[in-house]
Amino acid sequence: MNRFAELLDRLVLTPSRNGKLKLITDYFRVVEDPDRGLALAALTGELDIASVKPAMLRQLVSERMDLVLFGYSYDYVGDLAETVSLVWPEAPGSRPNHDITLAEVVEKLQAASRSDGPAVLARLLDQAGVSARFAIIKLVTGGLRIGVSARLAKQALADFGTVDVTEIEELWHGLAPPYGELFAWLEGKAPKPEKAAKALFRPVMLSNPISDGDLEKLAPADYAAEWKWDGIRVQAVSEGGIRRLYSRTGDDVSGAFPDVVAAMDFEAALDGELLVGVPSEATGTFSALQQRLNRKTVSVKMQDRYPAFVRCYDLLQLGGEDLRGLAFIERRQRLESFIATLDPDRFDLSPLVAFSGWEQLEKMRSTPPHPIIEGVMLKRLDSPYLAGRPKGPWFKWKRDPHTVDAVLMYAQRGHGKRSSFYSDYTFGVWSGAVGAEELVPVGKAYFGFTDEELKQIDKFVRDNTIERFGPVRSVRADRANGLVLEVAFEGLNRSTRHKSGVAMRFPRISRLRWDKPPAEADRIETLQALLD
Amino acid sequence: MRASDLLHPRPEGLYCPSGDFYIDPVRPVERALVTHGHSDHARPGHAKVLATRETLDIMAIRCGPDFAGATQAMALGGKIKLGDATVSFHPAGHVLGSAQISVEHNGLRIVASGDYKRATDPTCAAFEVVPCDVFITEATFALPVFRHPDASDEIAKLLKSTRQFPERAHLVGAYALGKAQRVMRLLRDQGYDRPIYIHGAIARLSEYYESQGIALGDLQPATIEDGDKADFAGAIIVAPSSSFADRWARRFPDPLSAFASGWMRIRQRARQGGVELPLIISDHSDWDELTATIKDTGAGEVWVTHGREEALVRWCELSGIAARPLHLVGYEDEGD
Repeated sequence: MNRFAELLDRLVLTPSRNGKLKLITDYFRVVEDPDRGLALAALTGELDIASVKPAMLRQLVSERMDLVLFGYSYDYVGDLAETVSLVWPEAPGSRPNHDITLAEVVEKLQAASRSDGPAVLARLLDQAGVSARFAIIKLVTGGLRIGVSARLAKQALADFGTVDVTEIEELWHGLAPPYGELFAWLEGKAPKPEKAAKALFRPVMLSNPISDGDLEKLAPADYAAEWKWDGIRVQAVSEGGIRRLYSRTGDDVSGAFPDVVAAMDFEAALDGELLVGVPSEATGTFSALQQRLNRKTVSVKMQDRYPAFVRCYDLLQLGGEDLRGLAFIERRQRLESFIATLDPDRFDLSPLVAFSGWEQLEKMRSTPPHPIIEGVMLKRLDSPYLAGRPKGPWFKWKRDPHTVDAVLMYAQRGHGKRSSFYSDYTFGVWSGAVGAEELVPVGKAYFGFTDEELKQIDKFVRDNTIERFGPVRSVRADRANGLVLEVAFEGLNRSTRHKSGVAMRFPRISRLRWDKPPAEADRIETLQALLD
Repeated sequence: MRASDLLHPRPEGLYCPSGDFYIDPVRPVERALVTHGHSDHARPGHAKVLATRETLDIMAIRCGPDFAGATQAMALGGKIKLGDATVSFHPAGHVLGSAQISVEHNGLRIVASGDYKRATDPTCAAFEVVPCDVFITEATFALPVFRHPDASDEIAKLLKSTRQFPERAHLVGAYALGKAQRVMRLLRDQGYDRPIYIHGAIARLSEYYESQGIALGDLQPATIEDGDKADFAGAIIVAPSSSFADRWARRFPDPLSAFASGWMRIRQRARQGGVELPLIISDHSDWDELTATIKDTGAGEVWVTHGREEALVRWCELSGIAARPLHLVGYEDEGD
């Protein structure tokens, strides 16, 4: 348990992706089964433990210490799980002579009934050291919140076994904690686990962005074009009565979309874009789709208000036949006739866009017929369906980003290579009446600039600091003095969390406008006009 | 006589009328008794300073040789008469030269702890319990959440990280006096024999520790004049944590910031400070050490100063010991 606790503590404070991967793969290397598999399940959210309410933790601790002292402690620390883990009085003689393992903890928690749950938890806390107590409380209160996605954990597995992550994704839903056979395979001690389960995820084919000069090398006649819809990529798989809707990375999102799953009365694997709306009438925005995302369950009211459907663009499996080896154009023909047999409110076809040359397509790309289109996709007619991101067969050609001129307001120090640089920038635009304008923050960005520009901005921040709060500095920003940043972004959502009422998608610094006086930066109305 | 007649706070610091001296005064006074060399306790400008030999040496290093009009070195355990009061110094286990100060008059003894810890520290003499009537305790980490782990386990974490991330420079933030040398000594105790690179701010104090018989091994200035950035890959660099935000830190490849402090027990403190590797190593007592020490002294009354006074006063009340906060001004309650 101590090793798992140490892993959690390190992961939460390690900002870099590579650093996290290293920590997880090292953990897999030194920790034995079944502990490492249970840790993997905890990281990927697959560990099934009855949760404990915060009130119960308070109750347990109040039976063990003075409440005034607990109150001072909680006020100081601010986090209940952490406070309880730190103040928990160690009963003399309660610590076993070996470190309690993750497997013991999980077994005891899973075996506990509702009525003896608190006593079981208390006994475990008695047996654990201070770091392990924190990890145990995180496990039972649900949500580790350590900045590790299931995807990252799978990448760590791939690194650990030097296999491609798509192999892990493909197997994943056929496996269960503590993943003994998976680790044995990755360590070369056993063959690859059989894909026994039905309706498994198939690793998706991804595209590369069109960059300068790419198009000149491509013959328009070799490619089909489609609109690029602004939803989320999904895979709908139904086999032998098992129905699953997967995200792009193989996470099972079926629970949030019972409306779509109910219509999956087929034997096939479809690839498409999940959107909200009624296909024949209206396609909803990404903001509307967001109402349906990241939920474990969804109310009937929500399903009525934001009905979901899949706009299909590929067919990977039909009946017993794997179509992935066929050319795109052949799969497309099969897809078209297959879609015609499905519920039209839940599945429709992503139409092909007829074009004769790149110039014509460019015109269509810049003036798309629908606001939910964010560009075009190019797919080579003879390309098979390949996992991963092969260079050549599929391209995405996105609409140019929006830009806004904003004023730098706050800067925060970065991590690792950037730990002595102010590299994370919060910027704002003007709002309020003319003559009484003030800046309202609209976003935060930490990339898009060169190393040389980073040095320049860092110097500006240091020379123009007006206040400091920990790692954050607020910089001079008024009508006459300040730094104007041209910020590029992909879209805007309404936000109730931000004072400005807007939240940018994928913001990055596109240019430094040293030449531009802050008074000439944009106003909030410019952004509001972009909201649908 | 009442205890508060023997010692009581004044704006200058804790004052003893019968001996006409102050303990750790924050303003220049005629006669100062100094517990240890940290700058909030040991200030320049007094006419006369009594302290341990080491504390006087440290003050001279930090404030210049003319830091006081006159000095008198106090041996640990030796008694001296100042006016009507009898004064003695006893090891506090905080940093090299640190002492508790015992003040006695008419059969009443008050011990001012200064800063202290009970955990073992190879760089200074271990804390000694001095039975007393009134114990004046520090309260830097006086909350039940502060439980310092074994420092050697924390050093092991640092060494493990240098093996896991051999391409990154490991920057260890540490107080220039005491913590830095303790961290380096603990690294040597675990067999780390590579050079340790140090920031200029801790060089002289480290030399002084060496001269007092505390071997710190091969220490090199953390400069790149004769080498290149890559030389620091996987190296351990010890520096005051304030230097991490400076341009100074840019000379290191992909620095990983560690911080050796009791505050690192609280995750949010580590997160706010951008610390990737918190090392919970403190030169102050944790909650269990504070409460155990109060009991060990047998004091019937406890005065609590700089830190989280209210929690320790509460604990004393629950334990049937008279206690009150001693509102002294001018001390950092954050230092560690």
